[in-house]
Amino acid sequence: MERVLAQARRVAEEADVFMVSSEETPVQFEANRLKQLQTKQKTVLALRIIKEGRIGYAATTDPEDIQGLVSNAVETARFGMPSRFELPSPATYPRVEVFDPAVEQVPIEKMIELGEELIDIVRRHTPDIVCEGGVSKAVASVRIINSRGGEVNYRKSVFGIGVEGNLTRDTDMLFVGEGQSSCHPLLEPGVIAGVVLKQLELARTRASVKTGTLPVVFTPDGVASALVPSLMAAFSGKAVVEGASPIGNRLGEVAFDPGLSLRDDPTLAYRPESRPGDDEGVPSQRTLLIEKGIVAGFLYDLQTAAIAHTLSTGNGNRNRGGLPAPSPTAFVIAPGSTTFDQMISDMKEGLVIEYLMGAEQGNILGGNFSGNVLLGYKVESGKIVGRVKDTMVSGNIYQVLKKITAIGADTRWVGSSVNTPHLYCPALSVATKT
Amino acid sequence: MTDIKAIAPRLADTVKQYRADYIEARLEESQTSHITYRGKELESTGRSTSRGGNIRALVKGGWGFVSFNNLEDLPAKVELAVRQAKLAASSESQLAPVETVVGTVPSNLARNPVTVPLAEKKRLLDEYNDIIWRTPKLQTSIIGYGDSHKKVIFVNSPGSYIEQERADITLRLSAVAAEDGDIQQVGLSLGSRGDFTSIQGLHRQVEQMSKQAVELLSAPKIKGKEYTVVLDPVLAGVFVHEAFGHLSEADFVYENERLREIMVLGKEFGSKDLNIVDTATTPDLRGSYKYDDEGTPATKAYLIQEGRLVGRLHSRETAARMGEKPTGNARALNYSYPPIVRMTNTYIEPGTLSFDDIIGDIKEGVYTRNWYGGMTSMEMFTFSAGEAWMIRNGKLAEMVRPVVLTGNVFTTLKNIDAIGNDLEMNQGGGCGKGGQFPLPVSNGSPHIRIRNCLVGGS
Repeated sequence: MERVLAQARRVAEEADVFMVSSEETPVQFEANRLKQLQTKQKTVLALRIIKEGRIGYAATTDPEDIQGLVSNAVETARFGMPSRFELPSPATYPRVEVFDPAVEQVPIEKMIELGEELIDIVRRHTPDIVCEGGVSKAVASVRIINSRGGEVNYRKSVFGIGVEGNLTRDTDMLFVGEGQSSCHPLLEPGVIAGVVLKQLELARTRASVKTGTLPVVFTPDGVASALVPSLMAAFSGKAVVEGASPIGNRLGEVAFDPGLSLRDDPTLAYRPESRPGDDEGVPSQRTLLIEKGIVAGFLYDLQTAAIAHTLSTGNGNRNRGGLPAPSPTAFVIAPGSTTFDQMISDMKEGLVIEYLMGAEQGNILGGNFSGNVLLGYKVESGKIVGRVKDTMVSGNIYQVLKKITAIGADTRWVGSSVNTPHLYCPALSVATKT
Repeated sequence: MTDIKAIAPRLADTVKQYRADYIEARLEESQTSHITYRGKELESTGRSTSRGGNIRALVKGGWGFVSFNNLEDLPAKVELAVRQAKLAASSESQLAPVETVVGTVPSNLARNPVTVPLAEKKRLLDEYNDIIWRTPKLQTSIIGYGDSHKKVIFVNSPGSYIEQERADITLRLSAVAAEDGDIQQVGLSLGSRGDFTSIQGLHRQVEQMSKQAVELLSAPKIKGKEYTVVLDPVLAGVFVHEAFGHLSEADFVYENERLREIMVLGKEFGSKDLNIVDTATTPDLRGSYKYDDEGTPATKAYLIQEGRLVGRLHSRETAARMGEKPTGNARALNYSYPPIVRMTNTYIEPGTLSFDDIIGDIKEGVYTRNWYGGMTSMEMFTFSAGEAWMIRNGKLAEMVRPVVLTGNVFTTLKNIDAIGNDLEMNQGGGCGKGGQFPLPVSNGSPHIRIRNCLVGGS
């Protein structure tokens, strides 16, 4: 990397070099059985230069191909965007724990055992379910150096375990599933299986709703599938500087329910999205996005922050070694005080949405979502009475999150990048097959 | 720099020397370039090169898979894959027989798109961006151009040795219009199997797209309910891909007894006029190839013929386990992934009706065009239209906000009651499955009409 930087400095004013090497070991189960073991070794070396004020960029999987890397970067710098930022000088990074050596040491045999146990628990509950599952461990090392002497260097471990079950009866298909990841080994499949068993219990009977308007409780998975894609788009500094975010000019204003608070947090210990610094070497920080309903901030990388005349929030992300762009790390919605049971017992007639399929396909920039309730339940007189099907729910997050009836007291991780409580919304448009 | 051609012959020998039911290896070299615009300015441009490979071994029904960028010490990697396969072994290995092939398939391009100078690409994109920005009330534009060229060498233990090259181009343009906090966007997705001229000369389409984004600002929202819906060839192509294509991928069915019962060949899925095909053999489409990533020759597979299920898409393993013929549909996004069953170019065959025939007797319905995306859970699918108009008394009426359509595959295909005569293939899509995204595919259809289709709305 030092050689790349040295060569780049001969032809450009500034440069940074980014390298990730990772080794991942996924264990895959198909149709209830162990199917495949994998080992994936990957290396990406990326060079960004600033030459005559413009940004050039190139990447390679071959750390020896310095000449090719530098000449590709120089060619692209002729057309690149004018650079408006300075690379970070040596800085102090927060202490963010993301490496647990125990992950690497989990033997493959143990991973196989965990997957088998997970699938066994689900099948003991519902014998005719067909499960796919996976257990994986990965270790990555990340290093960034730049021409101003800035340097970040860390190792990360990630362990993941998950299962998806398909239950087919005639032409009726039910999909249930759950997965979790951590920088620690996750050795208790019972926790994952418990979530799936609960879904199976609630979906056991069928119920139907009529086309109209209904109150809706979004479970954490429901929040992540229906509402979060629009939020992530709206809080991107890039959308803000372009004027394409509906809340871009509302900093400091109330745009959401006063009970709602949201932050981006890459500093949580042992979370897979955490890190001491971002992919441009900017120290990680917590960024408040919504504070009690007030728009409190947006997410920036160096370049976008410079255009917006503000500072990077440490959200420069390089997707597979690409050029940095502002992107969230972990979206954390603060809990409220209402339990899920209290929400349900408050409803006369309503819906619980676990997963809304297709919600992210519409005009998410405008806040619209519309999707098929792939997993969801009907509530009648304060009780869940069964699973709904052939049902579409539509709304706009700026209306839905403006007035929330209640916010859940407990939060859960959905994937590695969303942590949220249940959200109980007073009225959503529901369309259904007659 | 290690040339994959230089190390492939030795690797071809190595994979024959280990004890396993089957071993294959792929080595890959690729170059890519990209240019993106957000707003008036070019936002990012870059070039990258990649080289890597993988080994896949099969022992008693269990697979081991090792992928790498570092091309040194390949025998140790073969050994690791075999060791993993043994750990996963449980029953017996089944692979449908395929002839051993030794061959070279060049990309046959007049011009490798990656080597087209960035200046030339930028000039074209600047022209399109200028058109978007000339439209009043336009808030911003988003343009993403990407190209790639790759060479893949495939070898396996029975002795196949196949070298294939391919190139790919994608271009997505979006115009974003805004007024009083309301944001609307219209997009255009195009692609090609490496022919740069195919994305030139789109100026009129780009102008049309930009105007439509602005028109959407004043378009009303539709009421959510069931409608008779007419789909244009682009959206109908997405529909056939999502609603039926994924369900016909045999890896979803082959080990699930209940699904095998539902998806039994001969079952009626639609009317006599419905024919659905997947084929990688049509020249110059983005999903086309000569051999798949298991070295199986591409075929033309009828999935539905005269309304009945007649076939499905297979890898060698799913074909053997279901006692059917391999179709050459095992594809991998790149060397980091094992091949899985995927679509190639999927389409509804044309019928006889004109567009006017199709909308002529609709009293109230929705005409949908273009796409944002689509998703499936096999039984249920959703797909979203980029543009929509009401149909009233057999005529196109006012434009409405874009809609999301949803349905159940087992009823929706039966509700197709009119098929147009105007098949068109859409090359702008990328398909995702099992974490492998975006795989180059194309979809197509003539205009089709679906009765009782559920539309989301306010």
